[in-house]
Amino acid sequence: MSIQNKVVTHENLLNFLGEIIASGKELYAPQRKGLKTYFHPLNDVQTIVFDYIQTTLSPKSLLFPKVERLLSYTRDGKQIHVTDSSEQKQAPDRILFGSRPCDAAGLQTVTEFFRRDNPDAFIQRRQNALTIISVSCTKSNEYCFCTSVGISPGDTTGSDILLTPIENARYFVEAVTEKGSLLLAQYEKYFEKSEAITKEPHLVKVTKTFSSTEISERLTGSFDNPIWKDASLRCIGCGTCAYACPVCSCFDIQDEGTNKKGDRLRCWDSCGFSLFTLHTSGHNPRSTQSERWRQRVMHKFSYMPEQSGMLGCVGCGRCSMSCPADMNLKEQLLEIAAKVEDV
Amino acid sequence: MQVLQQKAKELLESGKVQVVIGYGEGTGERVRPLFVRTAEEVSKLVWDDRCRQNLAVYLNKPEIKKMGMPALIATPVVVHTVIQLIAEHQLKVDGVLTLVVENGSVKELFDTTSLEAYAESHPVIFPPFVKQEIKTIAEMSLHERFKFWQDEFSRCIKCYACRSACPLCYCERCITDNNQPQWISSASHAQGNFEWHVNRAMHLAGRCIQCGSCTIACPVGIPIGLLTIEASRIVGTEFGQQPGLKCDAVPAMSSFKVEDTETFIK
Repeated sequence: MSIQNKVVTHENLLNFLGEIIASGKELYAPQRKGLKTYFHPLNDVQTIVFDYIQTTLSPKSLLFPKVERLLSYTRDGKQIHVTDSSEQKQAPDRILFGSRPCDAAGLQTVTEFFRRDNPDAFIQRRQNALTIISVSCTKSNEYCFCTSVGISPGDTTGSDILLTPIENARYFVEAVTEKGSLLLAQYEKYFEKSEAITKEPHLVKVTKTFSSTEISERLTGSFDNPIWKDASLRCIGCGTCAYACPVCSCFDIQDEGTNKKGDRLRCWDSCGFSLFTLHTSGHNPRSTQSERWRQRVMHKFSYMPEQSGMLGCVGCGRCSMSCPADMNLKEQLLEIAAKVEDV
Repeated sequence: MQVLQQKAKELLESGKVQVVIGYGEGTGERVRPLFVRTAEEVSKLVWDDRCRQNLAVYLNKPEIKKMGMPALIATPVVVHTVIQLIAEHQLKVDGVLTLVVENGSVKELFDTTSLEAYAESHPVIFPPFVKQEIKTIAEMSLHERFKFWQDEFSRCIKCYACRSACPLCYCERCITDNNQPQWISSASHAQGNFEWHVNRAMHLAGRCIQCGSCTIACPVGIPIGLLTIEASRIVGTEFGQQPGLKCDAVPAMSSFKVEDTETFIK
């Protein structure tokens, strides 16, 4: 598919987003609440914030919400009636604006994850109804490491449209997918045709600090390495890293209700919790925090690449930024790159 | 900072303690918990205004306990925490050596008398913005207050960072992790979030030493500590008891006397 190149002024971008809202679609864009920034549905484009590096939470919940009903049941005497929620719900037409290239790559990984084996009807439907307009990065912070995991500040992976801020309060517009092209065509009046622009000079430079392939190789056989124990001493065992992560997709199925009626829910879960692998017998194969921290790193950088060829990390740095105990994933990976030897 | 490093060195070299729990440089401008086990590592210890995480949370972590006798670098509120943990039988008086920095020197708090004297002379002082938040919420009508918390809890993702960061949240099996019966919904929907936070506030009523670690830890910025601070204030008013001051205190909300006149408990 050919990529159409266009430019849009900041003012026209807001007009374009305003029209999207007016058309009845849900627009999710970065909103500020206190010191935090969230993707939130909005009615007024003037409330969109642009001066953020990463939002506090990733846009993962647009595909994979923190809690959702899978089915509900009612019982009347011996009659049990089950309603499959996937047949009931219509996913609303949604536009996500302001995701970063790492976020969009994360959404793609989540989509792929839920497509494996049995395609997940809930996630698929939301994905089909979602158009992703990402904005390239012109700023980064000490937590960013996208270039070390195969992504870049101007990467189009996972986005339907990518905007790159250029001079004179304008954006270079790339329609990446058919979905993106269609949306742009619909609001053609706001966009001007342009020659291909070299994005590089407009993007922030994020130095590549390690090779994820090398990390994956080093992790194979480092299961019993003492590095995990020392590194996880300060981990307090909450689920912040997993919940802030744009890729983490582990979930827990919860049944709530009475013997008359109830719901089956899918809830986010985290490998950092001691309850995560607790067996009914009382045995826990990952009884210590170091085993849980090892699992987190291993899953993302060893098991996932081995099983599906995808990394479980897009280098956004949210896990480390939001960690109450300053567990730093990039630092851990660098340490692995430098130290871990097969044992 | 140097006096602290010197003290840590002495304690480790003399074998009086096997680990010094303190703060070291972290990512960017941050500090992070540090577990110093050898004299060579003491130079990594830092001590300044950034040291706010309540390190008493690590005293009950199995990996840390295994290291041996700990010294804990403490802010005033951490001393209150140590006392409260002793009062609740989670820590023995001689199970930790608490270190406080005062007038450029390091003081060892090693027994009931020294801990209590320090806590008495160093009450918990809220930063001005917390005082303002408390005032704002107190002035709200019941309806407004409900709306306020509803809005705040809507962002909760049930990561339990509040619980994990809290040194008084030491239950081996938290009520929310129980599923037979399921007392609290573990789902992060509106009801589940309310149930969790209200239960946690009730469980910490009169026990919260008001360190603010839960609020600092919350990744979505819910001022969650305000609930437990208020719950403790009410217990203080009703029962005349402040947590974190007496090693032999009997927490008002988790004890009863046979001569109690109230009938609801019988």
